[in-house]
Amino acid sequence: MSKVRVLVGTKKGAFVLTSDGKRKEWDVTGPHFAGWEIYHLKGSPVDPNRIYASQTSGWFGQIIQRSDDGGKTWQPPGSTPEELRSPDGSPKAESNKFVYEGDAGTHKWYDGSQHPWEFKRVWHLEPSLTDPDTVYAGVEDAAIFKTTDGGKTWKELPALRQAKGHLWQPGAGGMAVHTIILDPKNANRIFIAISAAGAFRTEDGGKSWRPINRGLKSQYELPDPDAEVGHCVHRIAMHPSRPDVLFMQKHWDVLRSDNAGDQWREVSGNLPTDFGFPIDVHAHEPETIYVVPIKSDSEHYPPDGKLRVYRSRSGGNEWQALTKGLPQKDCYVNVLRDAMAMDSLEPCGVYFGTTGGQVYCSANGGDSWNAIVRDLPGVLSVEVQTLADGAKRRPTKAAAAPKRRQSKRK
Amino acid sequence: MIRVVLPYHLRNLARVDSEVQLDVATPITLGAALDALETRFPVLRGTIRDHGTLKRRPFLRFFACKEDLSHQPPDTLLPEPVITGLEPLLIIGAMAGG
Repeated sequence: MSKVRVLVGTKKGAFVLTSDGKRKEWDVTGPHFAGWEIYHLKGSPVDPNRIYASQTSGWFGQIIQRSDDGGKTWQPPGSTPEELRSPDGSPKAESNKFVYEGDAGTHKWYDGSQHPWEFKRVWHLEPSLTDPDTVYAGVEDAAIFKTTDGGKTWKELPALRQAKGHLWQPGAGGMAVHTIILDPKNANRIFIAISAAGAFRTEDGGKSWRPINRGLKSQYELPDPDAEVGHCVHRIAMHPSRPDVLFMQKHWDVLRSDNAGDQWREVSGNLPTDFGFPIDVHAHEPETIYVVPIKSDSEHYPPDGKLRVYRSRSGGNEWQALTKGLPQKDCYVNVLRDAMAMDSLEPCGVYFGTTGGQVYCSANGGDSWNAIVRDLPGVLSVEVQTLADGAKRRPTKAAAAPKRRQSKRK
Repeated sequence: MIRVVLPYHLRNLARVDSEVQLDVATPITLGAALDALETRFPVLRGTIRDHGTLKRRPFLRFFACKEDLSHQPPDTLLPEPVITGLEPLLIIGAMAGG
């Protein structure tokens, strides 16, 4: 029987929630890395027991953790006793060394002046679809890094910051690459999103990038509402069967693109508010998408104190409120951009975590919800792994590549 | 041999239970002590000082003998009681609410 493993990053540690395919009874382990902010955890689609985690702290900076046994034990990559020293005897352990390539340059600061790029933390880890040792990291200040040795060392793909980086500007939450989507049909194509710079695409594996923000309107945030860069894109999502179709939750507005981001159109439709953070796509229905409307940019909680997920079965414009099992009064939590995920069971499971520490699960595509846990620290990220029987064994690349073992699509 | 007391989370990261003892080449300066600490526990690289610049992370403090050494340059000699092992060098997470 299949089972699911939910990876939850919170403000004070990581938690691993597991259940069988019924998704009714849950086993909870954690906190792992207690006291640290865990911005994101994600497993390799190739090897589900290989999980990467971004562990950060205002005091102690960035740590990358890796598990090779499905989250039971963890180690900073490259820090086993035999790996600790290079042949000349000097210490290695560079898994937390994120250094911008060349002259880091400057970006726009809050006051409009130019400000040097400074690494702060890893927001998002996106493991390769084909190689468990290759992972992309989206970081603050906004840049993308790549490891090809299982997280031991990281190297920036600096061309991203050449895409008018001097015009990018942090929002209230900082300036970070928070979304990385790998095209399953084209290994050279990657989509990323940055608050507050917009969405970008590479067609050559990161050697060059271009903004893909045509159609975005930011009349309340930018002096030029149609600017090429500067938009506060909160999240983009894709169904792996249709890599040219993207969905976006912007600061305000929900949008879609049918040509890989070349042109966007608004599909907010009948949403009560089109402000929000996460957006995701049903595992089996590429036109079924989910958002969590939030009242406004200064009131980060659901309208009317009612926590409602909205589902569109038509790829936007027509939305249905999903409320069964969710609090419908006095609820003032937020759902952050990386805190929604899907499993790939039948029926599709939908998951999201709140800043109030609840992690909700719907085992029926959103029709009804149950809280797996209610009292975790504020949830920063949620990922789901759908595990087939025998997933403890490491599958071969050839056997695993066509499967969607990691069901959250970015 | 000098003694260094790490904050709780760095003790966990380095997998040590209590204070650590380090052989430090002379002259025993603040920077030399941190170099020795990171050589002994490479996993701590980047957590106390920035990887590239070796600047102290803003919310960490270095105390010894009731003195705050946080703002001293790395070539500052450690106090004699620290050099002799009588007193530890304290690496402290700065106070912060929340």
